Amino acid sequence: MTRYVLRRLVQIIFTFFLFQTLTFFLLYAQPGDITDQYLLNPKIPPETREKIRAELGLDKPAYLQYVQYMKNFLTGNLGVSFSNYPRPVIDVIKERIPRTLVLFFSATIISFYVGFALGKLLAWKRGGVFEYGTTIFGVTMYTVFTPWFALMMIWFFSYKLDLFPTGKFITPSLWRNAPIDANHVFYRMIISGLIGGAVALVATLLLRRSPMPWRRFTGWASLLAGVVVALAPWVSSPLGRYALDILWHMALPILTLTLISFAGTMLLTRNSLLETMREDYILAARAKGLPEKVVRDKHAARTALLPVVTSFVFSLAFAIDGGVITETIFSWPGMGLTLLTAVVQEDIPLAMGAFSFTGILALFAHLVADILYAYLDPRIRYT
Amino acid sequence: MTEPTTAQAAITIQPLWRVRLRLFWKSLKANWALFKENPVGLVGLGIILFFALMGILHPILMNTVWDPTIYDPVTGYDFDILMHPAPPSAKHLLGTDPLGRDVLSQLMYSTQTEFILGVVAALITVTIATAIGAVSAYYGGVVDTFFMRLADLVIMLPFISILIVLSALFNLSMFKLALVIGVLSGFGGTTVIIKSQALIIKVKPYIEAARVAGGSDRHIILVHFIPNLLPLSFLYMMFTVTGAIFSEAVLSFFGLINIRMSWGIMIHTTQTAGYLLSGGKYWWLVVPAGLAITLLCSAFYLVGRALDEVVNPRLRQR
Repeated sequence: MTRYVLRRLVQIIFTFFLFQTLTFFLLYAQPGDITDQYLLNPKIPPETREKIRAELGLDKPAYLQYVQYMKNFLTGNLGVSFSNYPRPVIDVIKERIPRTLVLFFSATIISFYVGFALGKLLAWKRGGVFEYGTTIFGVTMYTVFTPWFALMMIWFFSYKLDLFPTGKFITPSLWRNAPIDANHVFYRMIISGLIGGAVALVATLLLRRSPMPWRRFTGWASLLAGVVVALAPWVSSPLGRYALDILWHMALPILTLTLISFAGTMLLTRNSLLETMREDYILAARAKGLPEKVVRDKHAARTALLPVVTSFVFSLAFAIDGGVITETIFSWPGMGLTLLTAVVQEDIPLAMGAFSFTGILALFAHLVADILYAYLDPRIRYT
Repeated sequence: MTEPTTAQAAITIQPLWRVRLRLFWKSLKANWALFKENPVGLVGLGIILFFALMGILHPILMNTVWDPTIYDPVTGYDFDILMHPAPPSAKHLLGTDPLGRDVLSQLMYSTQTEFILGVVAALITVTIATAIGAVSAYYGGVVDTFFMRLADLVIMLPFISILIVLSALFNLSMFKLALVIGVLSGFGGTTVIIKSQALIIKVKPYIEAARVAGGSDRHIILVHFIPNLLPLSFLYMMFTVTGAIFSEAVLSFFGLINIRMSWGIMIHTTQTAGYLLSGGKYWWLVVPAGLAITLLCSAFYLVGRALDEVVNPRLRQR
């Protein structure tokens, strides 16, 4: 297995290099360049535009620009963003990507759990109102037009019920006298969240060995432990209400995203589980006298999990890409809209930086998915 | 029962192609009987036929009953009505949009293009993905590595940039857009997921048994791998149709492609004119297009569901 992982890492480096080359020339091939936004501005004559182009290095031939970019990239310098002029790309990305990632990771993880649980139930109890009802609901949610649905959710929950804010990252009036700025509170929230997640994972692994009556609650207990550890530092600190404000703003987008995407996982799980359920080892497990739940969760679901895991891991990798519409409608200041405008305006360093980030995530997601297959289905071996 | 006892009268020799045709027809009828058993599949097929009918009716209506200056989906304008958008009336069954064009006409005109988009993209994606997934799982080694790295590359490449460059180079009609989306999805994420399913099939005992019995590579892939992969492929057919129609709607939103009329453009017009959130008041601007998207995508899913049971006998509810 280690040799396999090492070989994959070498392939990752090679693929990433190829990907960067292709993306650079693809971005460069788009007609026009960053100075085209000044075409209609009478105060900026063509000579000034030429000067801007020369200063940004855009008058050199494409391959020279490419070599320059790669040299900088390999030394860690991602360049300066053309559209937010003097800000380096790393700053822009560091500021916006965490927000996008947190939103989409949480939504993906929650929708995966909900979808998987529902899919299991759907496959196990075929026929009847429950199956039809849930399938119709799921398919409708999956195919409903996202911007309209998101706007309807805002209208219903924020306007009519007044439960959640209508959008954006923070409530400015609350933060006017805050001791530190929102980004730093957010980073600390991410860190405490990650620590909570790690605690939950460790708790799951440790509690596996507990005696039988308590083992049923392993999942809930570790989740509880993780949540308690994540929330503990905030409850007592004066920054607690600021963190709560951010969480409150995140609630509605996550709810909407979960509703839209749970059906994909649910239908995939149902399909996959139906295939596994007819296997002989399920019959053997039932004949042994195991309770239905154990047969379903421990034997059938594990093998059924394979395509679902692949799809889940890839959705995680695409957290940045899928966000434009949702981020626009909820005015969530993340990477989605920035990336789209960077591509359309040809802000090459910013676009390349963001795509490199997504690219690395996607490659590692694929590797993790492959390793998970071998773990989940021992019959699969890599030579 | 009296029959001739001589051997010659009992058997008539028929040409091979006729025998094959008859067997094919017989299996088609058997599969159709299986398909019909499930009401879900029939509902899906019914919806698809309904949309096909809408698409076919439009040019007929335009040439006979409807006056092109009023009912043209892009350039029509009704001068008799004062306020556009107008609510549904006898003359405009689904009302008019903010630019004065008949909504029903737009819906029917777009059906043709959306149909082509969805079906072409879905078929191309699923064919490529199933073929490549099965082959790369079966052979492993260099073939597998090559296709998986290619899938990684295709997944990572920015879709929007590709579309911008392509629309600058060629005039992207719906069909070409469907081809691009189909090929990109086919070589990308769908392949990886189908390959993961094929890996499960590869380690099953009957594959080994088939090889021991002397099955060639081609036989094992065509007769064993592909039919077991088909349920997943059908499911991904629905995902691809939805994805293709959504991509086109989103791209129309941002003005990045050049087509005359589509459901995405209808919703975009509503949004730019400010009527998207009007709730119940201007329902005919939002509901037809949105409902059409939902119905068509669900129909493909339902047909895929019913086809599951035809293809995989173990799934039949007997």
